[in-house]
Formats: sequence, structure tokens, C-alpha cells
Amino acid sequence: MITIQTNKEEDFYIIKVSGDVDASSSIHLDNKIGEIIKIEKKILVDCNDLQYISSAGLGVFMSYIHEMEEGEIKMVLFGLGNNVKNVFHILGLDQLINMVETKEDAKNLVDAI
Amino acid sequence: MQYNYSAQCSKKNLADIRSFISETLNNHFKSEIDIHHMVLAVDEVCANLMIHSHKCNPKESIDLFVDVRKQEVIIEIKDTGNGFNLKSYQEPTIDEIIVEKKKGGLGLMLVKRIMDKVEFIKSNNNNICRLKKTILTSK
Repeated sequence: MITIQTNKEEDFYIIKVSGDVDASSSIHLDNKIGEIIKIEKKILVDCNDLQYISSAGLGVFMSYIHEMEEGEIKMVLFGLGNNVKNVFHILGLDQLINMVETKEDAKNLVDAI
Repeated sequence: MQYNYSAQCSKKNLADIRSFISETLNNHFKSEIDIHHMVLAVDEVCANLMIHSHKCNPKESIDLFVDVRKQEVIIEIKDTGNGFNLKSYQEPTIDEIIVEKKKGGLGLMLVKRIMDKVEFIKSNNNNICRLKKTILTSK
């Protein structure tokens, strides 16, 4: 079960992902990010209520890295729980995808990179 | 202690499979991270089987057997689809995944990193994926 809510704060577009991102539900996250990067440049992903992520979810974030670099789109994930953070860490993807603790940190990082 | 569970090949059932593994192991072990790794590994293998071997056909099913020993867990995931040949599996690099925008390929990488042993065995018409992990924090 996945829930995706979006809102805008200043010029930051925030995608809040709640629940589980697995092989069944990752398509919803994929569609949302795919849609948003066409129109927004500063994207924050709120993971405070993200309970679980599998490789299908990792694959979604990985698949946009190239497009974001080309389009100068910045994306930062924040509020990841230990288990979720660990899944990125196992494959070293925490080195490729920006992730910080709080929304404020995320806004600061998006403006800095 | 042994436990088993059977699921139809629909991706919607992955959440129930994860609950089964998590509840079973929570009765025996304390380490949250080890339990999470077992849940993740089983989820990845089952998702792969459902998608690639069974084309998400809910008329087909996969069977899980969990054998909890004193400081070790062995989980077997059994199905009758096209077997998987680990020897022919070429692990993609992270760069290939980014450049080719492949959304797959990461699952088995995760499983191999977090399990102590991963085997794919073919016996008669059955394929068995056997995952083994030592967990030292029994309850």
C-alpha cells in the first residue's frame, strides 16, 4: 500500500511517499516523479512515513539520475527511517542519491547543489 | 521450528509474504536489521519469480518454507516455473543501471549482499531458491 501526496512550499515541490514501495506499488512513485521532473526543478521527497522500500523503489530513483543531471533538476530525499536508509546503503546508492534528515536540510541542500 | 506459506503469483501478495516472514522471525529473533534483511531478500526473490517466471499469473503459486534453527534461518522458495541459472546471471554495474535506466537488476544484487548463502537448485520439476543467514540474537 502506497500513498503519494504532493504540495508546494516556496519554489520547492514536495512529494510525500507513505507506506511500502515494492514491486507492486513502485509504478505509482515512478509515474509521479516522471510527471513532476517535466515541470519542476527543485524536488524534495518526504520519506518520514515510508515504511519499506525494495529494489523496485531504488530502481525508480536510480532511473531518473541521468535525466535530472541533464535537466539541472535537483532532488533530495529526507526523513528516511533506518531500514529504508539501510537498503540504499547496502548497494552504496546513498552516495548517488542525496538524502538528509529534515525538510529544512533538504531545502538548504537543493539550493546548494 | 518450521513454517510454510503459499502465495499466488500476484504482486499484490508481496505485502502478505513480507508480513509472514516478519511475524515468523519476530517470534524467534531480536535483531530488527537481520529480520528486515530476511524480509527484503524473500520479497526480492518472490517478486522476481512472480514477474519473470510466472508473468504475474495468479493461477500459479509459489511456496515458502522457513526453517528456524538456533542461530540460523534457512528459507526455501519453491516454484515450478522456468528455473533461474545463477551462473549465467551477470550482475549489472551501478553505472549500467543509471545509463540504461534499467529499473530492474538491483534485486538480486541486494539478496547476494545481505544473505550468507544464496542457492538456486533444480530438482525434478521444482526450482528451489535457498537463502541462508546466521542470526545470533535469538529470543
